[in-house]
Amino acid sequence: MNVGGRTRIAACLAAAMLTGATICCAVAARADDTVSLSVTLKDHQFQPAELHAPAGKPIAIHVKNLNTIVSEFESGDLHFEKIVPVGSNAIVHVRPLQPGRYNFYDDFHHATQGYLVVP
Amino acid sequence: MLAALLIVFREVFEAGLIVGIIMAVTAGVPGRGLWVSAGVAAGVIGACVVALFTGGLSQLFGGSGQEVFNAGILAFAVIMLTWHNVWMARHGRELAAELKAAGEAVVAGSKSLAALAVVVAIAVLREGSEVVLFLYGVAAAQGGASWGMAVGGCIGLVLGSLVCLATYLGLVTIPARYLFAVTSTLIAFLAAGLAAQAIAFLQQAAIVTALDETVWDTSWLLRDSSLLGRALHTLIGYVDQPTAMQLIVYAATLATIVVLMKLFSIPPQRRPQTA
Repeated sequence: MNVGGRTRIAACLAAAMLTGATICCAVAARADDTVSLSVTLKDHQFQPAELHAPAGKPIAIHVKNLNTIVSEFESGDLHFEKIVPVGSNAIVHVRPLQPGRYNFYDDFHHATQGYLVVP
Repeated sequence: MLAALLIVFREVFEAGLIVGIIMAVTAGVPGRGLWVSAGVAAGVIGACVVALFTGGLSQLFGGSGQEVFNAGILAFAVIMLTWHNVWMARHGRELAAELKAAGEAVVAGSKSLAALAVVVAIAVLREGSEVVLFLYGVAAAQGGASWGMAVGGCIGLVLGSLVCLATYLGLVTIPARYLFAVTSTLIAFLAAGLAAQAIAFLQQAAIVTALDETVWDTSWLLRDSSLLGRALHTLIGYVDQPTAMQLIVYAATLATIVVLMKLFSIPPQRRPQTA
């Protein structure tokens, strides 16, 4: 019984430690070359509907929800999803990108579409 | 109505895959119905609480509260799944043998059931909070709940639940002697996928920035936003453009589970020595 208990505790600890260690190792200071972009949600439109950013640099997109209902700012292309309550600001971070035209949208209102263009 | 149907279906579908697997994993364990139901109920309550506090949650950790919260509960689910697999590797066989025998096996089984009930609760909480926010948002915009929304939501709920049922029924047709191996494998991949998803949230929050280059792109083959892509994303953590860090965490989680299962499994009993 005692052995079983210890085993279980050991297993939990090992799993927890590995998760923790991986995350800690992963945390690294980023050189401050992040490109900052802003977009506003209003009347179910992105303003502006097209954002521009250089290739190969990390990007931070600030989004403000001026709709009257909650939004989910999401992009399959850019790998983010975030609930943005009414009237609030949110920020999502995007990994450095290759040139291309990337789609983002309001997942709670699919007619609301926008693009991030990387020349 | 259609929007409500689609959103509710999608979220119930994703949670349903996980609940279906866990129902199959625990098939035949006494009291599992109660534990899984409790997990679902806790998840629904949790979803409402999270939805209620989303505004406040978002503002924590310099605006990355949602990501930290999601990563945290996903990591917790990974630990619970790992623990279950390791526990089953040690006790699964004796449990199966003694299942009908006595209360002790039931008590022992319920410890592992509790871990799985937590996983069910987390799955329902994550998907459910989106449903609650969406439906609340629509209702608020309309100035009240409408029949269309209620009907759409109910149809979505039923269709999503059918996926859960199909997953369960599909898995339990597997002969009992293979079921343990199949479900252990499924749980290991599920855990690895959830761990990689947790990292994706930390990357979105820029808390993890190391090794964030995309390693490969299979979006031409299967987009992870498609229905099949979403199913595989939930089941094995499929993403069409994984980062190096996601892959490392995925592999490390799988390896940890396999090693721990090997370490803690019961040694073969009194096999005649061959060497």
